[in-house]
Amino acid sequence: METAVLGLTIFVLALFTGFEVITKVPPTLHTPLMSGANAISGITLVGALLAAGSERDWLMSTLGFVAVVFATINVVGGFLVTHRMLAMFRQRQKTEP
Amino acid sequence: MNPAVINLGYLGASALFVVGLKGLAHPRTAPRGNLLASLGMLLAVALTLLDRHILGFQTIVAGMTIGAVLGAVLALKINMTAMPQMVALLNGFGGGASVLVAGAGLLERQNAVIPALSHFTVAAVASGVIGAMTFSGSLVAFAKLQELVTDSSVRFPGQRALTAGLAVVATGLGLWLVLTPGPHAAYWLIVAVSSFLGLLLVLPVGGADMPVVVALLNSWSGLAAATTGFVLDNNILIIAGSLVGASGFILTEMMCRAMNRSLVDVMTGIVPLGSTGRGDEDLYAGRVNAGSPEEVALLFDAARRVMIVPGYGMAVSQAQHSVAHLAELLRSRDIEVEFAIHPVAGRMPGHMNVLLAEANIPYELLKDLDDSNPTFEQTDVTLVIGANDVVNPLARTDRTCPIAGMPILDVDKSRTVVVIKRSLSPGFAGIPNPLFADDKTIMLFGDGREMVQALLKALKEGP
Repeated sequence: METAVLGLTIFVLALFTGFEVITKVPPTLHTPLMSGANAISGITLVGALLAAGSERDWLMSTLGFVAVVFATINVVGGFLVTHRMLAMFRQRQKTEP
Repeated sequence: MNPAVINLGYLGASALFVVGLKGLAHPRTAPRGNLLASLGMLLAVALTLLDRHILGFQTIVAGMTIGAVLGAVLALKINMTAMPQMVALLNGFGGGASVLVAGAGLLERQNAVIPALSHFTVAAVASGVIGAMTFSGSLVAFAKLQELVTDSSVRFPGQRALTAGLAVVATGLGLWLVLTPGPHAAYWLIVAVSSFLGLLLVLPVGGADMPVVVALLNSWSGLAAATTGFVLDNNILIIAGSLVGASGFILTEMMCRAMNRSLVDVMTGIVPLGSTGRGDEDLYAGRVNAGSPEEVALLFDAARRVMIVPGYGMAVSQAQHSVAHLAELLRSRDIEVEFAIHPVAGRMPGHMNVLLAEANIPYELLKDLDDSNPTFEQTDVTLVIGANDVVNPLARTDRTCPIAGMPILDVDKSRTVVVIKRSLSPGFAGIPNPLFADDKTIMLFGDGREMVQALLKALKEGP
């Protein structure tokens, strides 16, 4: 019960932090924000790694393996594509006199 | 490694995520923000690999290699017009990963005694429901955006009853798992039912409503990660997941407001029906002023301030690079040029901005709804390319029309309006647009890119 309340506390405070931070993102960057959010939600990778490396039984390993693949696609794909997009927003400043 | 040290590291990673997202407040600081967030992820993953519960690395290395290659190829090859599809796909993978990890978490505690009504099973049920709905719903959204299936609203008799029935079944199964925890199949049944539910939820959503759905699924993929964090008692999953959940929620809200539609209407595919007063024939008969590129070039020559209003039609005809050339040419002639971008101009939040940024248009010229509307009165020529409903003045004047009350770009307040459009066919809302029949409007009928190129040619050759 105690861990649940602690978790809930963290959850609610993080939600508030998220609202505060995200409302300051301008509409121009909403697409990179979403792909960046994709990458951050790939944090499930942490849980997936624990399952994949537990060496308990084949079922656990299979679940872990597929989850690691999914989450890694999110992390790598999300951060890279965000980087690619943000570079487009930056490049033009150099061409501007 | 000591769990306390790992948790401290997770705290550092969480801080990097928050600081990274904070960096997205400005295009200048955004690349660094993204870098900081990715460092946070690296830290979290590296610390997890040191956890003593990890006994073998074969599965991990195989999974991460495959995932990294697929992710990198996807990220580097994807066309910017296809960003909504990519984000939809990643939303789905996020949801899918959460379902599997929560399932593995249940499996791990199979032999332990779990009390009835523990937060652990409640969270597992939530992960199963949210994650599976995100997974299947995102795949449908992807298929719709990629046009593998029809992108219009799919509805069939009894759909609502079926959706409601499935929701009841999922709730029942959830109660079973929470009240009598133990090794049984309820979790995977919940996943199966919720997958079907996700399918039914996204099918009725029409093409123009896609920005809302992609944002909503983005939010859910974060919430699924957070609930999985409760299953594993892992704080970083809870923190990162709720940050993403909050982000997606804000964007969903914004998109709904930009269309003046409620989330329920969007998800049920309800397009508000109303009388349009007059038919297309009446409205347009003898009043539409079709012009030529040469005529419009003369207008531009005499203008001091030009506003360009791009819609999704511009992206469809791949006109953004020609439009960028046009803007550049006009600016080189000391004409002030800005872009007015409606929040739902693309197929996802901010999509149009990325497409224009890719065409090397400086982001300082991209103005949002609130910033651009007061400036139309001082604008000599407004060029509308492939946009329709978002510039329809009926939204302001006709209270009975389907888009009544939707915030629009007030292009009709500028001195002259030039509309590039294939025909007078209505937009998604299915209503005529009086702007096209306005005395100050000149219609250029044709393909977006071809017309802009013809305009460029006429401008360069001069009168």
